[in-house]
Amino acid sequence: MEIDREMVEYVAELSKLRLSEPEKQLMQQDLTKVLQYMDILNSLPTDGVEPLTHVSGVENVFRADVARPSFNRDKILQNAIAAEDGCIKVPQTVE
Amino acid sequence: MSGYKNTGYEVVIGLEVHVELNTATKIFCSCSTAFGAAPNTQVCPVCSGMPGVLPVLNQKVLEKGVAVGLATNCSITQKCKFDRKNYFYPDLPKAYQTSQLYLPLCRNGYLEIETEGGVKKVRIHEIHMEEDAGKLNHEAQSGHTLIDFNRCGVPLLEIVSEPDMTSAEEVLAYLEKLKSTLEYLNVSDCKMQEGSMRADVNLSVRKVGAAELGTRTETKNMNSFKAIARAIEYEIFRQIEVLEDGGQVQQETRRWDDEKGIGYAMRNKENAHDYRYFPEPDLAPINISDAWLAEIRAAIPELPDQKKERYVQDYKLSAYDAAQLTRYRRLAELFESTVQLGGQPKEAANLLIGDCLRLLNADGREPADLQLAPESLAALLKLVAAGTINKTTAKNVFEQIYAHNVDPVAYVKENGLEMVSDDGALDAMIDEVIAANPKSVADYQGGKKAALGFLVGQIMKATKGKADAGKVNAKLAEKLSK
Amino acid sequence: MQYETAAQIRQALAAGQTTAARQTEAYLAQIAKYDGVYHCYNTINEQAAEQAAEFDKQGDKEGPLAGVPVAIKDNLATEAMPTTCSSKILQGFISPYDATVVQKLQAAGAIILGKTNMDEFAMGSTTETSYTGATKNPWDTGHVPGGSSGGSAAAVAAGEAPLALGSDTGGSIRQPCAYCGLTGIKPTYGAVSRYGLLAYGSSLDQIGPIAHTAEDCALLLQVIAGYDEKDSTSKKDVQFDFAAALQNADLRGKKIGLPLNYLGDGLDAEIKAAILAAAEQFAALGAELCEFEMPMIEYAVPAYYIIACAEASSNLSRYDGIKYGYHPERFADLEDLYLTARSEGFGLEVKRRIMLGTFALSSGYYDAYYQKALKVRALISREFDKAFAQYDAILSPVAPTCAPALNASLDDPLAMYLSDIYTVSVNLVGIPAISLPCGFSAAGLPIGMQLLGAHFDEEMLVKLAAAYQQKTDWHLKKPQLKEAE
Repeated sequence: MEIDREMVEYVAELSKLRLSEPEKQLMQQDLTKVLQYMDILNSLPTDGVEPLTHVSGVENVFRADVARPSFNRDKILQNAIAAEDGCIKVPQTVE
Repeated sequence: MSGYKNTGYEVVIGLEVHVELNTATKIFCSCSTAFGAAPNTQVCPVCSGMPGVLPVLNQKVLEKGVAVGLATNCSITQKCKFDRKNYFYPDLPKAYQTSQLYLPLCRNGYLEIETEGGVKKVRIHEIHMEEDAGKLNHEAQSGHTLIDFNRCGVPLLEIVSEPDMTSAEEVLAYLEKLKSTLEYLNVSDCKMQEGSMRADVNLSVRKVGAAELGTRTETKNMNSFKAIARAIEYEIFRQIEVLEDGGQVQQETRRWDDEKGIGYAMRNKENAHDYRYFPEPDLAPINISDAWLAEIRAAIPELPDQKKERYVQDYKLSAYDAAQLTRYRRLAELFESTVQLGGQPKEAANLLIGDCLRLLNADGREPADLQLAPESLAALLKLVAAGTINKTTAKNVFEQIYAHNVDPVAYVKENGLEMVSDDGALDAMIDEVIAANPKSVADYQGGKKAALGFLVGQIMKATKGKADAGKVNAKLAEKLSK
Repeated sequence: MQYETAAQIRQALAAGQTTAARQTEAYLAQIAKYDGVYHCYNTINEQAAEQAAEFDKQGDKEGPLAGVPVAIKDNLATEAMPTTCSSKILQGFISPYDATVVQKLQAAGAIILGKTNMDEFAMGSTTETSYTGATKNPWDTGHVPGGSSGGSAAAVAAGEAPLALGSDTGGSIRQPCAYCGLTGIKPTYGAVSRYGLLAYGSSLDQIGPIAHTAEDCALLLQVIAGYDEKDSTSKKDVQFDFAAALQNADLRGKKIGLPLNYLGDGLDAEIKAAILAAAEQFAALGAELCEFEMPMIEYAVPAYYIIACAEASSNLSRYDGIKYGYHPERFADLEDLYLTARSEGFGLEVKRRIMLGTFALSSGYYDAYYQKALKVRALISREFDKAFAQYDAILSPVAPTCAPALNASLDDPLAMYLSDIYTVSVNLVGIPAISLPCGFSAAGLPIGMQLLGAHFDEEMLVKLAAAYQQKTDWHLKKPQLKEAE
């Protein structure tokens, strides 16, 4: 897989990363190299193999629907960029 | 011209309905889901997306989801998983929504709706579990947005229909049916105004007979059934106009402004909606055994359609009355309890469909809000049946029950509303009226039968409406014919 | 007198020969003396001495770690100290809660010395991607300590802590242990709660112990292991008991598999020799050594990096400059805030992995990369199941070389990824592994080996390692430390 510049920009946008010009070049080169190496996976037939997503064999883990006290609001907001009226304050979102 | 309202176009509509489940706690943490708390007071590290936290699934969410799937004729995905839907937005603190894409909980169901052309199946593509996002409050003046995470993690079911509906009427019929089913299952309070039920409308139009579907738009932000109907009408004619003007419909997400009565495209430039779904590693896979599934199925109450059929069969109600009664779970419950307590079914139905729905409608309330006791209704019906009060009085007493949940027996007694059934007293009153209205008496006896009605009215007035109108009629006719 | 292992500290405490305060102060003094050189810690617990004194007064002396100082990796959430993952984007972050393992340490009587340096978000094999600067290898300051738990390993190796917690997503406990001459365990996935571990690859991450000896690792693992209702992937009814495993050094009847293809091209000759010598030692202890092949290893590194980076790209999306951590001072609007916070807050290697993971999940590439990697993972898992049907453990190298020189790894990411070849399979299939010292290179750098076990068979691994350590003294060797100039 060869990564072109357009792909680097697309992936950066999805990742919410602003890359400088040299970073873009570096990413293009590194990702291409890594992905080309990863293409060896294609030499391994995997038809009919069930993808393995969870390895601990644990299933059906549930919580009872019983409310517990929530957290102190100040502790939730203590690390925020700005707070007002008990809310985190950010620049206006666009709709 | 044929097609939708003779436009030559036909309309294709599918719905994505989100309902908040009425669990006590959120889907992945133990914070309360109660509506209306002060901002960020029903929040913990898990639902506010703090680094290092992990989710644990609320069992009730799964069970309610399965119940909805069974009630909508879906097949249940007994081995299912959650997936992450990745996107950045300030109301989504983890920057991914835990949802289901690859193995949704329910698939391939349907609901039946009544249409002009008879019963129609609206197919359900899938139902999946997911978490709600937080609430953003925009401060237009300062140019800021305030984030409240209280709603983050409130459990949602997303119910995705196939594009099987062709008009606003069908959409409303589907939504009514869905809402009533969810109410019966006691899984959601389905309040559009509070956002616990939300519908996104996917709509396209095409020339009648065209083989391919038109480009569709998605309209959001309607907070009542009425608004949904208006938004659909608006979007249908907007799309037709665009096509008629030689333009092309853009695939886009639109918002409905109900105050202005217009829809508009959202400016949000979500990057091509590449959500990069992948299986949620932090939640264990779900495996619903056959026994568990059977247990959930057994706990499903009788649903509106079954109830309707039973009412027609057992209580000899008309199909219309049965449908009206069973549309709302609370109404059906009241009906059944009233009948069980000895109320006559047809009379009970009339009271609930006629008087009760009329009053609710006038107050803008829902049957679910009704506080009245079935004991009162049964007692009221018994008073009528026993001839203690007449129907006019019964109406007035019902209004008192509706408003103040009064005990009808005590109320009738305290206010002296019993029918005048003492023949002696009635005879005396009739004689008085005959004596006082010689002209009407002469008219009647001269052949003007309508004059009798006037005289009956006078007697009813004299008894303050408490006489048995039939009896008055008979006695009067008898006396006058002498 | 500063005791070197937790076992020794406990014994001395029990005999009244020392106090928690004296031990804690001794380790703090060691930190003060050497951390300027090795930079093992991001944050020192300023309350440690006080807490130890308090413990001496009224702590529960029966706790399994009563009075024992412990260092913890800086990706474990703590309320009392910053938690930064050695990243600029988490500078100043104070967690509103403690990780489950931190609560367990405290409940067991441990005194937390501080938070150790690591590769940024555990993404690296050298601890050089840390925003706070590289950690140096106590055996040779010109070399890296390994990573990503390089700070934890170097702290134990430099005598700045007797015990430490690390985390292992693709070798991040085992490889630094090999580079620093230490013993460490990557537990079975689900054995230790991940609640409060700042996630890198959620389906791969496990917290585990780093120490001088298998005995100390067992002690620490027993404290942190067990079901946690806050972690849906943690296993119920896990209750390790290592007492028997530590007592009996008789390995007769045990079968150890030795995958010959692990010892082929690409493995440093000195390491190969050390592994073969260790195999002989195990045979001498009574175990049966069985040569076999595990060809799937060829596919482990690509499958691992696709899965780890995909999960990381999602896990690291929450770092947006809004809720916590680094907040840019200037930004034009919300979009600019996101972009500025993330672009200035993340280092290059983290960006590279986020990009790689985002790509692997993106529309049109999911099946070919992410899904493919999960299928390969299933095949690798089958190969291990087959092996453990025959062997009690598998003996393997940890890394193809000894600790690389500083500044030699980051320029070629692919080469760095490939150096994880012996460690990543363990995480892909969720099995436990123990890394322990088995020799030194001619240049004086430690060499490690690892033993891989079946799911939840940690007791077997501890038994084998403890038996080996009863007969060998590699784990007792100490580096010549340098003071700051």
